[in-house]
Amino acid sequence: MMDGMDDESEILNCGSGGQKDNRSETVDLTDNSLRVDISDALSEKDKVKFTVHTKTTLPEFQKSDFTVVRQHEEFVWLHDRFEENEEYSGYVIPPAPPRPDFDASREKLQKLGEGEGTFTKEEYNKMKQELEAEYLATFKKTVAMHEVFLCRLAAHPVFRNDHNFRVFLEYDKDLAVRTKNKMEVVECFMKSLTKSTDELLLSATVKDHNEFFEQQKNFLIEYHNHLKEATTKSDKMTSRHKDVADSFVKLSMTLTQMATTEHSDLEKFLTKVADTFEKVRKTEARIASDEDLKLSDTLRYYMRDTFAAKRLLYKRLRCLANYEAANRNLEKARAKNKDIVAAEAAQQLACEKFEQMSEKGKEELVDFKARRVAAFHKNLVDLAELEIKHAKSEVQILKSCIASLKNEE
Amino acid sequence: MSSPPPLLDNNNDTDDESSDLFSSAVEGIRGSLPILQLSMDTAGPILSPVEDQMVSTPPSTIPYHTVTKPTGRPDEQFLTVKVTDVQRLGDGMGAYMVYKVETYTNLPQFKKKSCVLRRFSDFLGLHDRLVEKHLRTGRIIPPAPEKSVLGMTKLKMGAQHAEQTSSNYEFIERRKSALERYLQRTADHPVLGLDAEFRDFLQNETELPKATNTSAVSGAGLMRLFNKVGETVNKITYRMDENDTWFEEKTQEIECLENNLRKLWCNVETLVHSRKDLATFSGALARTVAMISNCEEHRLLALALVHLNGILEKIEATRHEQANTDFTCLGEFLKDYMSLIGAVKNVFHERVKVYQNWQHSQLMLNKKREYKAKMDLANRSDKGNFASNEIVEWEAKVERCEEEFNNISQMIKKEMELFEENRVFEFKAVFISYLEMQMEHVVQLIGFWEAFLPEAKAIA
Repeated sequence: MMDGMDDESEILNCGSGGQKDNRSETVDLTDNSLRVDISDALSEKDKVKFTVHTKTTLPEFQKSDFTVVRQHEEFVWLHDRFEENEEYSGYVIPPAPPRPDFDASREKLQKLGEGEGTFTKEEYNKMKQELEAEYLATFKKTVAMHEVFLCRLAAHPVFRNDHNFRVFLEYDKDLAVRTKNKMEVVECFMKSLTKSTDELLLSATVKDHNEFFEQQKNFLIEYHNHLKEATTKSDKMTSRHKDVADSFVKLSMTLTQMATTEHSDLEKFLTKVADTFEKVRKTEARIASDEDLKLSDTLRYYMRDTFAAKRLLYKRLRCLANYEAANRNLEKARAKNKDIVAAEAAQQLACEKFEQMSEKGKEELVDFKARRVAAFHKNLVDLAELEIKHAKSEVQILKSCIASLKNEE
Repeated sequence: MSSPPPLLDNNNDTDDESSDLFSSAVEGIRGSLPILQLSMDTAGPILSPVEDQMVSTPPSTIPYHTVTKPTGRPDEQFLTVKVTDVQRLGDGMGAYMVYKVETYTNLPQFKKKSCVLRRFSDFLGLHDRLVEKHLRTGRIIPPAPEKSVLGMTKLKMGAQHAEQTSSNYEFIERRKSALERYLQRTADHPVLGLDAEFRDFLQNETELPKATNTSAVSGAGLMRLFNKVGETVNKITYRMDENDTWFEEKTQEIECLENNLRKLWCNVETLVHSRKDLATFSGALARTVAMISNCEEHRLLALALVHLNGILEKIEATRHEQANTDFTCLGEFLKDYMSLIGAVKNVFHERVKVYQNWQHSQLMLNKKREYKAKMDLANRSDKGNFASNEIVEWEAKVERCEEEFNNISQMIKKEMELFEENRVFEFKAVFISYLEMQMEHVVQLIGFWEAFLPEAKAIA
C-alpha cells in the first residue's frame, strides 16, 4: 500500500504535505470556519447529483460561500485519495458513502406499472403514493450519508486542509472522475487481495508489543464482525416491518371493497375499520423507516467506521514491518560496514514515522471510541423516543376507533 | 345425489317404504309442515312437550353468544358450551383424542351443568345427523371443523408427550377452539340448539354410537366423496329459472361475500406471515446486539446494549403474540365464515333440489294427463281409469312438492335473516376485539421502550 502510491496522487498531495506543520495547530471542533452541507440533490436516471454547499471563513478559499455539483463517484474518488495518502495512514479515514441504491424502488414501480390493469384506480394511487414516499426516504438517506462523509472531513483538524478536499469543494467544473474501467476494477481487486494477504501475513509475522494496539485490534475485529451481523439482521427486520405495513394496506383495501357490498350498517363499520387499518399502516411504516434510520444506519455506519479503524491498524502494522526491515538493513549494513549512514538515516526515518503514527493512531482510536459512544447514545435515545411517539399515536388511533365503533351500536 | 331426482321423494329418510305413495305423502307433510310453522318460536315437534314454556319467550330472547355479547339481550336463558380439556387415548395410529365438553345452561330441557367426553368423529357425526334431519327443511347447519389428517398423524406419531411440543400444542389449541365455536354456533341456533341429537351429544354421558362414515379413509368416506362430486356436477349443470328476486339477490350477495372473505383471509395470512418473520428477525437482532454488548469496551454503552437486547427479546415475544392474535382472532374467524357460507350454499342448493323434484313431478303429471287424453280418445277406458288414478297420485305429489318448495323457501328466508343478524353482530364483535388486542400489544411495546429510554440516556 505504501509503495503503491501512484504519481498522480503524489502530485495532488504535495499541497497537503506542505501543510503538515499546521497539524499540531489545535482546531476547535465547534468552530464554524468550514461548514459543508448538501443543499440539494437531483436524481437523473441512474445518477444522483448532489449540490455541495460550503460556507467558510478560511482564507485559503477564494470565496466564503459557494456551491458545486458532485456525483457519487466523485465522493468515492475523494475517499480513495485519502485512503491512498501515506500522510494519513495514522488516521481513521471516514468511510465513503454507499452507492445510491434506488433499484428496489424502481423495480417496485415497474411492477406496479405492469400490473396497473389489475388494480382499481384508488388502489393504484395508494400504492403509488406509498412507493413515492419510500423512494423519497431512500433519497433522503443517501443524501444524509453523503453529507456525513463531507462533514466529518470538514470537522477533522487535518483532513479539512487536504488539497483534494478543497478541490472537491471549490472546483466548480466536473472533476472528470470516471468510474473505474474493467482493467482498473481487476487491478483494484488484485490490490485488495494483496492487501488482505499482506494483512494476514503481517498479523502472523510481526509481533506488536504495544498492548493498546493489540487490544484494539482484537476488539475491532470482533466488533466489526458483530456489527456486520447486526446490520444485516436489522435490515431484514425493518424490511419485514415494511411488509407488515404493506399487509395492512391490502387488508384495508379489501375491507373497503367489502364495505361497498354491504347493505346493513356493517358498511359504515367496515369503512371505519378500513380507515383505521390504513392509519395503523402509516404509523407502522413510519416505525419501520425510523428503525431503519436510527438503528440499522447507526449499525451500518459504525460497521464501516470500524472497518476504517481496522485499516488504520493495518497501516500501522505495515509501518512497523517497514521499521523492522529498516532495523535489519541497518544491522546488515553495520555487519558489512557499508552504507551505514544511509541505512541509519532510513532507520531513523522509519522509527520516527512509526512513533508518530502510533501516537496519532492512539489519539484517533480514542477519538473513534468517543464518537461511537456519542453516536450510539444519540441514536438510541432518538430511537426509543420515536418508538414511543409512534406507538402512542397508534394507541390513540386504535382507541378513538374502538370508541367510535362502540358508540355506533 | 348425482342421480336424477328421485321419483318418489320421501321426507322421512328412515322410512324406506317409498312404494306406498300416499302414506309417504302424508308423512312428508307431517314431517315438514309443523316444523315450519313453529320454527321461530319453538323447537318443533321433537321437543313438543316444552312448547308452552318456549312460546312464552319471544324468539329474540334466545341468546346468541351470551358469552361474548357484552350487553343488550337479557340472558334469562343461556346455553354455553366449552371444550375445556383434551386427552389422548390409545397408542400409535390407533390413538385418538377425546375432548371434554362442558355445558352450562338454564334451559329447562337441559341439565344445568354437564360434562362429557367426546372424540372428534362424534362432532362430525353430530353434524351429519343434524344435516340429515334439518337440511331438508332449509336450516343452515353450522359446519363442523375439518379433519386434519396431517396434523393428527403428526400428533399420533409423536412421542407420548407429544402434546408438549409447541406445534402440536398449537394444533390442539386451535382444534379445541374450533370445536368450541362450532358447538356454540349450534347451541345458539333456536332449533338446532334444542335438538335431541345435540342434547344427547352434550349431556348423555354414555358413549355415542360410533359415527361410521366420518373417517376420512374408508368405504364410507369414498362414498361421501362420490356423492359430493355428484352434487357438484348437479350444482354446475342444473340451472333453475329463478322467479324469486329475493333468492336471486341473496345468491349474488353470498357469492360476493364469499369472494371478499377469501380475499380478506389471504390478506390476513400474509399479515400473519410477515409478522412472524418480523418477530423472528427481531429475535435474531436481539442476539447479535447481545454479542456486540459482550465486546463493547465502553461500560455504559455495553450496559445499554444489554438492555436493548432484553427489550428486543420482549418485542420478539410481543410480535409473536400479535401474529397469533392476527391468526386466531381474524384468520380463524374468517375461515369459520367461509365454511358457514358453504353451509348457506348447501341450503340454497337443497332448495334447488326440491324445485327440481317439483318440476319433475309436474312433468310426469303432464305426461300422464296427455296419456289419459290419448287413451280417452282411443276409447280405452280401462287404461284411462288407471291413468286417472295415476294422475291423482301425481297431482298430490306435485302439490306436496310445491308446498315443500314454498316451505323451504320461506324457511331459508327466515334462516338467512337470523344468519345476517348474527353475522353483523359477530363481525362487529370480532373487529372490535381485534382492535382492542392490537392496542394492548402496542401499549406493551410502549412500556418496553419507556423502560429503555433512561438506559439509553445514561450512556453518555
